[in-house]
Amino acid sequence: MRNVWAVTTRELRAYFLSPLAYIVMAFFLFGAGLLFALIVEQSREASLRGLISNVSVLFLFVVPMISMRLLAEEQRTGTIELLLTNPVQEWQIVTGKFLASILMILVMLGLTLLFPLFLFIFGNPDRGPIATGYVGVILQAAAFLAVGLWASSLTENQIVAAILSFIFLLVLWLSDNLGQSLGGALGTIVSYTSVANHFQDFPTGVINTKDVLYYLTMVAAGLVLSTLSLQARRLR
Amino acid sequence: MIRVEHLTKNYGPRVAVAGVTFEVAKGEVLGFLGPNGAGKTTTMRILTGYLPPSGGRAEVAGFDVARQSLQARANIGYLPETVPLYPDMSVHSYLDFMAKIKGIKERRKEVDLTMEKARIAHRADDAIGKLSKGLRQRVGLAQALLGDPPVLILDEPTSGLDPKQIIETRNLIKSLGGEHTVVLSTHILPEVAATCSRIVIISNGRVVAEDTPENLDRRLKGADSIAVTVRGPREAVTRALRSVPHVLSVQADSDGRPVGNQLSAYTIQSEVGADVREALASAVVKGGWGLMELRPAHLSLEEIFLQLTTSDTAGEAEAA
Repeated sequence: MRNVWAVTTRELRAYFLSPLAYIVMAFFLFGAGLLFALIVEQSREASLRGLISNVSVLFLFVVPMISMRLLAEEQRTGTIELLLTNPVQEWQIVTGKFLASILMILVMLGLTLLFPLFLFIFGNPDRGPIATGYVGVILQAAAFLAVGLWASSLTENQIVAAILSFIFLLVLWLSDNLGQSLGGALGTIVSYTSVANHFQDFPTGVINTKDVLYYLTMVAAGLVLSTLSLQARRLR
Repeated sequence: MIRVEHLTKNYGPRVAVAGVTFEVAKGEVLGFLGPNGAGKTTTMRILTGYLPPSGGRAEVAGFDVARQSLQARANIGYLPETVPLYPDMSVHSYLDFMAKIKGIKERRKEVDLTMEKARIAHRADDAIGKLSKGLRQRVGLAQALLGDPPVLILDEPTSGLDPKQIIETRNLIKSLGGEHTVVLSTHILPEVAATCSRIVIISNGRVVAEDTPENLDRRLKGADSIAVTVRGPREAVTRALRSVPHVLSVQADSDGRPVGNQLSAYTIQSEVGADVREALASAVVKGGWGLMELRPAHLSLEEIFLQLTTSDTAGEAEAA
């Protein structure tokens, strides 16, 4: 655990030492702010439902930017060799990196709490759906990050990592439509992998176990695959 | 402290390390010498647990590097060939991070002490990316020294340094011997002569020689060596040269040089101190042959190295 935390704090420090974190945050907050303003303006409803349902689209772009450097950069500069020739294990590096990126996202989401604050000041929103909405957003972000982390473990090139994770996420995003057009049992399975399907209940105030399990499975799969990918150097 | 037995490593069909065996005693500074691509880095990566061996075994501080990797790694300070640094971190925070993952107890004290040892304390708060190559190398070395590990594995620790920094680094490494067991790789000869108590020469993944620098030197200088080229029938010339007093052996080098027109090159070993050059010359003239060349052939460490690593036949003979 000490190693995991050491990797996490180093990574967080690296995030905030580079301009990338601030650019990504600004982009995300601008996008979310715009969505919030437009939706509230048009619906005249004191709820976050519209925003939260649409915020995943922003994550599709933001997550690859946050996750791309995690393992790719360590492999490019050779620091991965440094870590792995010390008493540190692959899974500890992967977990530490994942924690850092999720903390980064949490900081970003923390800043969006300004939106519900406005709602409480100027209206009387329902607390439940806002809380479950945030739970859903965090779970989804974690799942996206795990996928991005895996993409980052596959290459030494940050740009390639970003593009790969964008493609992976896009496929998971569109799999509902794909499944519907496929039809049959296969179609049902493909539809089930859709990140959008598993998200739709959260903003309405409902937390389904199967949705939570879906996202946690994706996190676990991403972390395991990243660990295996780091260990794969041994097979070359 | 380090024991390597029949270590092999294949990258697919390519054999990078082919049955390397050597041992390093506690406190020894071992020079791992070989041309680029000989298998030095691969061997070091196996020792440090970064790569698993394809065959054979290696032990560091009593721990098998493949099966007890974590314990073995805890006893090693490693400086890889491309010094792995995080350029956006300061020297101090980088070393603090390294101390954390090495599980060092009194981090602050140990980091300060190590920065003194590696003479980088004056740049502790500077970003690593802004340091010169020499300073970065020192930061890499400091990282390896953190926590005073019993075994140090340094892959080309002086590459890219200027002459003054090279001397400083060599002196630092020399001072580490005795307390630490050091393996350092290099393709630069004076380096091992200057710092190491023993040399392992590796070529094409095989150990081709292993000895102290002095012994390696003496091994080919123990007898005085003279190179002679003569025009004449080889057997008769060989017999005549051998009959000269104080000559120990005569060897016709048919493989190394172009031989034609009855021209043959010979390497003659004579007793130390006995100058047989005049006697050899007159023996050739007496036989009525043509003396084309006669020169003392002292082999420097450099030549031994070249001889051992460039000719495959010599390599196999040594390895056998």
